[in-house]
Amino acid sequence: MSEQAIEKQEYNITVYTENQIGLLNRIAMIFSRRKMNILSLNTSPSEVEGIHRFNIVVHETQEVVSKIARQIEKQIEVLKVYFNTNDDVIWQEMALYKVPTQVIAEKAKVERLLRENGARVVAIRSDYTVFETTGHREETDNLIKVLQPYGLIEFVRSARVAIIKDSDGFNRKLREFERMEPGHEVVENEFLNSRDKVFSM
Amino acid sequence: MLMQEKQAPALPETDTMISGSQALLHALVAEGTDTIFGYPGGAIMPIYDALYDFEGDLKHVLVRHEQGGIHAGQGYARSSGKVGVVFATSGPGATNLVTGLADAQIDSTPLVCITGQVFAHLLGTDAFQEADVIGITTPVTKWNYQITDATEIPEVLAKAFHIARSGRPGPVLIDITKNAQLQKFAFKGYTPCEHIRSYRPKPIVRKEYIKQAAELINKAKKPFVLWGQGVMLGSAEQEFKAFLEKTGIPAAWTIMGAGALPSDHPQNVGMLGMHGNYGPNVMTNECDVLIAIGMRFDDRVTGRLDKYAKQAQVIHLDIDPAEIDKNVKTTVPVWGDCKETLPLLTQLVETKKHTDWLAKFREFEQKEIDAVIREELFPTTEEMTMGEVIQQLNEITNGEAIIVTDVGQHQMVACRYAKLNHTRSNITSGGLGTMGFALPAAIGAKFGALDRTVVAVIGDGGVQMTIQELGTIMQSGIDVKILILNNQFLGMVRQWQELFHERRYSFVDITSPDYVTVAKGYGIPGRSVNKREELRAALEQMLSNPGSFLLEVMVTKENNVFPMVPQGCSVSEIRLK
Repeated sequence: MSEQAIEKQEYNITVYTENQIGLLNRIAMIFSRRKMNILSLNTSPSEVEGIHRFNIVVHETQEVVSKIARQIEKQIEVLKVYFNTNDDVIWQEMALYKVPTQVIAEKAKVERLLRENGARVVAIRSDYTVFETTGHREETDNLIKVLQPYGLIEFVRSARVAIIKDSDGFNRKLREFERMEPGHEVVENEFLNSRDKVFSM
Repeated sequence: MLMQEKQAPALPETDTMISGSQALLHALVAEGTDTIFGYPGGAIMPIYDALYDFEGDLKHVLVRHEQGGIHAGQGYARSSGKVGVVFATSGPGATNLVTGLADAQIDSTPLVCITGQVFAHLLGTDAFQEADVIGITTPVTKWNYQITDATEIPEVLAKAFHIARSGRPGPVLIDITKNAQLQKFAFKGYTPCEHIRSYRPKPIVRKEYIKQAAELINKAKKPFVLWGQGVMLGSAEQEFKAFLEKTGIPAAWTIMGAGALPSDHPQNVGMLGMHGNYGPNVMTNECDVLIAIGMRFDDRVTGRLDKYAKQAQVIHLDIDPAEIDKNVKTTVPVWGDCKETLPLLTQLVETKKHTDWLAKFREFEQKEIDAVIREELFPTTEEMTMGEVIQQLNEITNGEAIIVTDVGQHQMVACRYAKLNHTRSNITSGGLGTMGFALPAAIGAKFGALDRTVVAVIGDGGVQMTIQELGTIMQSGIDVKILILNNQFLGMVRQWQELFHERRYSFVDITSPDYVTVAKGYGIPGRSVNKREELRAALEQMLSNPGSFLLEVMVTKENNVFPMVPQGCSVSEIRLK
């Protein structure tokens, strides 16, 4: 077994699904049944109309993630599951920070810090100002630390969204799914299509 | 009660206004349903009202508890190969299905369960008999769906049947709110579902894997086949037999697979797993190529996984891609329906005999006969053993009966020793181990195979869990032979307490009612025997009785099922005593 298979790391699981009530529950239960923590979960439309896309982040070994992926793909309304390490995806998370307006107005340093961290003003009120940053975890985390001494009132971060570097989208695949006899590609998980190593006899 | 056989309504013409309930029943008829196991209640009353007119096509069996209903549905599905259909009302009716759903899910049994639900406008208000049935049943169903609008009924039912019976079968639950049952709509006809774009019931067969598998098999010196229920679910018994007979490979079964190959087939070397036969367990760790067909390497089959068949190259034939590599790492995965893959494989394999290798299994069998089997089947003790009852039963039925078993020692004994000539003749709760399964499942099994003799073999623990279904037997007049093996203990737990808990018999001493009197109360004749001299005649009386019959056999109290692979041990550490 390769080192990657037994070492835990972050995996980005991308799930293409039909739009179905209760499916989120069905997918979430696959993790909770195995006492696995979902670090981040985002549902959104995909590039194909009517097809939804889940982005799920877990910290697990490849072996466990590949089994989970097959359990998810087995669900009736799930079309396709991919899983990728952070290196294989472009990913972003968005964060909002609420800071007292007075502090910003009085302390020029704060304004500089915000600019250095790529923060953007979303709303200004007389009592507070809301900033937004988008980036990787370390970046959004860093701004919390920066703002903490200046009376950070509220902080929230979104789930992760990720684009798979090697993917050419789902449009062509969906057409295969719609056929009565789908082609090879849609039938099996990607990772099993490249299982040459297993055949070392 | 005299009731005139009513002609069920014909399928209405397009745009006829019918109720959701009527649409549902037309869907069931169109899908070939002939029997429904159910129990009415407030939220499913419109469906029952419509059912009153469908009696000619849809036979409704009134069970005594919804759990009995779903187990009967399972028994029906397992004996007939068709989809079992179950009705229950909302709230408690639906929650009573959960055990059966979990059982059907883990044992891949095709079911369509229809539950009533409160009016849509009451959902989420804690209405009377409201429960979140979709939420509760999600992890124990292959698919579930709530209908709140009658127009959805034909399409959803078509999907439900397609999903339940295709690919790896499983239970589907459809929850229908009362307003949708009552709602009239313009019926657009019924079209069975053949394709759902997000659902691939069968992986495409990959020729390269078949080729690699055949190469491995042809090179193998000590190949060994393990088969499971998949052979029966795929109706591939003939294909399986042809493959075995060409390759000459010895084959052993999981309890879910029992009967797919007749018990007395020369290559059938017995049962796998914790209480399986000696040879198959030991040889699992001796073989060079392990060919698993339609089985899922349950922990009761594999024992300790890190010492399981490590020396072997593993070929795994399965229709469910999620089973490949789940427990045992596969060398060659043969995706697909074994009905398709087995003939392809048979074409490529060489005709062989493996006589010496097969003889080794027989050597182990002899050891097992000497150490365990002879004394179990032909005991020298005064008290009767479970094994001898099964042996006597075999001699009378000659392996022609359907044997339905509950869970525990009697289940292991019955599965080990029952002679099975035909497929779909061993019905048991394999994966979930549901006590109380056998009595209702036997009722369903008989409805699914009216021309067969059905014998429910049940322990004194399990029978008391669903004994109310004697009422179902009484009312439906179905012919089920009930064989209670009474050892006055929760025997399997007691065995473990004896072996692993210093004989601390904690709450396993269970008393029984007078079963013969109980049966009599239900109008079912019965007999209880505690002497060997009476056993044969009693079994003959049970089997020749024109209707149902209950036979209680008092067996020795503290007998253990052996061989045994203790939990946490490797299959090669199987104990003969």
